[in-house]
Amino acid sequence: MIESASTFAFACFALAMLMNLWKIVTAPDVADRILALDTMFINAIALMVLYGLALGTEIFFEAAMIIAMLGFVSTVAYARFILRGNIIE
Amino acid sequence: MESLLELLVAAFLVIAGIFGIVGSFGLLKLNDPMSRLHAPTKATTLGVGGVLLASMLHAAAFEKYFSVHELMITLFLFLTAPVTANFIAKVHIHRQESRETMPTAGEDDHWATHDTPEDGERKTATRTDTPQ
Repeated sequence: MIESASTFAFACFALAMLMNLWKIVTAPDVADRILALDTMFINAIALMVLYGLALGTEIFFEAAMIIAMLGFVSTVAYARFILRGNIIE
Repeated sequence: MESLLELLVAAFLVIAGIFGIVGSFGLLKLNDPMSRLHAPTKATTLGVGGVLLASMLHAAAFEKYFSVHELMITLFLFLTAPVTANFIAKVHIHRQESRETMPTAGEDDHWATHDTPEDGERKTATRTDTPQ
């Protein structure tokens, strides 16, 4: 039962990532692109944790944590660059 | 007992998958930029939260080790999601709105994102206790 449920969750998050990618390509403004990229990071975290669950190891939590931190920092850096024209003033 | 835990993990995974796909579909489908900001928060809280809960439960019940790393990821996401949302909203206000299209900023005369150098000069000129 867990196998089929995790397959369903894998498919959902993979499809969600594809939709984020489509949104990045077709977004009308740069704010939407930043938002889609942030959502893509979130989906990547979910996929990473799901992979760890499916394999039964805890190696992937560090990777998920690093992706979470990079996602936050890169989103703030993008937004900061649009707002101020500079990242660290 | 074993099958009940299995059912619980599977239910968490299915709920998380549905919320993840709903969040990204809302990002694709909603018309207004501020509505689009609202949709992925479902993926952040309920989607990732469901996966992390399922992972914790699965590790404790079937893999014979107890793991609290997931709580760290949840805590980190819950702390950073409002900050990123605020920054993205500010980018939207900065790029697509002007002083005329924004609602009133209350007792301030305009939103700080639309500050210009002239406003800064005017503020320091009217200030009585000028810092040295």
